[in-house]
Amino acid sequence: MSAAVIETRDLTKRYGDFVAVDALNLTVREGQVFGLLGPNGAGKTTTILMLLGLTEPSSGEVRVLGLDPTRQPLSVKARVGYLPDQIGFYDDLTARENLGYIARLNGLPRAEAQQRIDAALARMELSEVADRPVGTYSRGMRQRLGLAELLIKQPRIIIMDEPTLGLDPEAARRFLELIRELKDEGITILLSSHLLHQVQTVCDRVGLFYKSRLVLEGSVPELAQRVLGGAYRIELRADGPADTLTEALRKVPGVSAVRQEAGARFVVEATSDLRAEAAAAVVTAGGRLTELELDEPDLDEIYARYFEGVQHAAAN
Amino acid sequence: MLQRTEQLTTSARAAQPQRVREGSPWTGLWAVVAKDMADHLTSVRMRILEALIVLTALGTVYGASEGLRETVSQDRFLFLRLFTTGQEPLPAFVGFLTFLVPLIAIALAFDAVNGEFSRRTMARVLAQPIYRDALLLGKFLAGLFTLALVLAAIWLLIFGMGILRLGVPPGGEETARALVFLLATLFFGGIWLGVALLFSTVFRQPATAALASIAVWLFFMVFWSIIASTLAQAISPTERGTLNEVLAQVQTAQTLARISPNTLYVEATLGLLNPSTRAFGLVLPWQLEGALLGAPLSLGQSLLLIWPQLTAMVAATILLFALCYVLFQRQEIRA
Repeated sequence: MSAAVIETRDLTKRYGDFVAVDALNLTVREGQVFGLLGPNGAGKTTTILMLLGLTEPSSGEVRVLGLDPTRQPLSVKARVGYLPDQIGFYDDLTARENLGYIARLNGLPRAEAQQRIDAALARMELSEVADRPVGTYSRGMRQRLGLAELLIKQPRIIIMDEPTLGLDPEAARRFLELIRELKDEGITILLSSHLLHQVQTVCDRVGLFYKSRLVLEGSVPELAQRVLGGAYRIELRADGPADTLTEALRKVPGVSAVRQEAGARFVVEATSDLRAEAAAAVVTAGGRLTELELDEPDLDEIYARYFEGVQHAAAN
Repeated sequence: MLQRTEQLTTSARAAQPQRVREGSPWTGLWAVVAKDMADHLTSVRMRILEALIVLTALGTVYGASEGLRETVSQDRFLFLRLFTTGQEPLPAFVGFLTFLVPLIAIALAFDAVNGEFSRRTMARVLAQPIYRDALLLGKFLAGLFTLALVLAAIWLLIFGMGILRLGVPPGGEETARALVFLLATLFFGGIWLGVALLFSTVFRQPATAALASIAVWLFFMVFWSIIASTLAQAISPTERGTLNEVLAQVQTAQTLARISPNTLYVEATLGLLNPSTRAFGLVLPWQLEGALLGAPLSLGQSLLLIWPQLTAMVAATILLFALCYVLFQRQEIRA
């Protein structure tokens, strides 16, 4: 297993009586894309700020690349790139000037900086507009400029706060593609989002936040297994007597639940890929199978289901 | 139990004050100074104010030199008179400076910190390997250097005009006095730079910070002298009207008035540009025994006279910056 690059132990942040992050234990390993997911105000941004040393933890420990961000903030910030949720630039300066300022703050020599800026702008497809004031940029362009800024630092870790928020679907898709490319270069990426379905495709592991606590952590299939019981969801459409079909499907070994939905559709939850068995069961029961599909587990659903469970437990 | 002890040590460690910070707090300082100075010098706001102050300088100095041409041969401190002589209906240039300098200083700094927040650049800049110290000091120095640049340019302009219009070169002592005057003006501006920077840290809205700074400026400009004399009457009342009581009241009023940076600056300029100034406030006849009335003091003596005013202005600048520094260090980055 690769080395842990971000580690927190009982990390807690309090603002007066309000606990923003409660005893967080998190491990992110090198080369992973880790998603901090959860609703707004669940403590994701506060966690990120503590990882960067921009906010001091109330208690607990943080290690980023083996360094303590509160004591060695310069070393941490030189190695970690941060893309804030609402990214702002100096609107009356050009993209090149904006990046030049960041390069100088990082202490890069002029020639080196120039080279890196050109390369980063070209990679983010901003070369043509590089000498236009950033005020004229669209939201998607700004987001890419933000990534270009991270690239000139050549970071080992990139932390992004809500990177796809406010992007149109096409821009969001391209942005996620860029994240995958960065991952392939060996950069560890930590991103936060409340748009679960959007980021689940890029994350190797996710941590779900709820009310300042990390309540679930693991890869998406792992979580599906844990929360949804059956990790596999088979959707099928079949004509025939509905009750008989439901009954037949339920009897298939390994099926944990069967739900009938409108339009002769059935949702089967199973512990393994039982498509063939389900099809056989439908045909044997006298149904006409018209559609059969295996559903990928959906983070939104995992999240919703988990909290149903939590609320039930609280109500009892 | 074991777990609890472990937690306790962790929180104890976190609560311990951090003794040594990694690296220099000034990493990146000059990058900030260069960027902010470039911003100041290219901004429309500054160009308007620069034009205003240059026009004022040209107008007042031209007026002053008209009058001074008559008396060129009689005056040792001709060039200093360029600053202090007012030609009806225009007041003297130093008079203009007492309100133009604060205005420029406030314009330079009122959106220094909160502007970064409202443009949402603060988190991005602080995520670079620099400390907050460098950002704040960088912004302050950028303002101070810009002010110094503007003032030095005007100073040279006035001297140049003086040489052209009066036809004599400035003397050594005159130049030295005018240079110290330049320095005093710079720190007078520094105070207002500090005030504006402080408000830009306290208030998240640049407009609020600008209004608050202007309010403080108006308060000291217009109301403080009135309040000072009223307060003096309350603090040391004249019950029997003896000389001692009257003197005490005047002295209290003067001390109170000196809380205002304007008073400090006016006194400093008076001492520097008017070499025959021997004291501020009341001078009793017996204190003048043996004095040559109207005879100028040497530069050293004048400096001695205004030393408290000069140091007070420098100290106020540093104090305001320090206060701002403390507030800024404790500020949360999240909006």
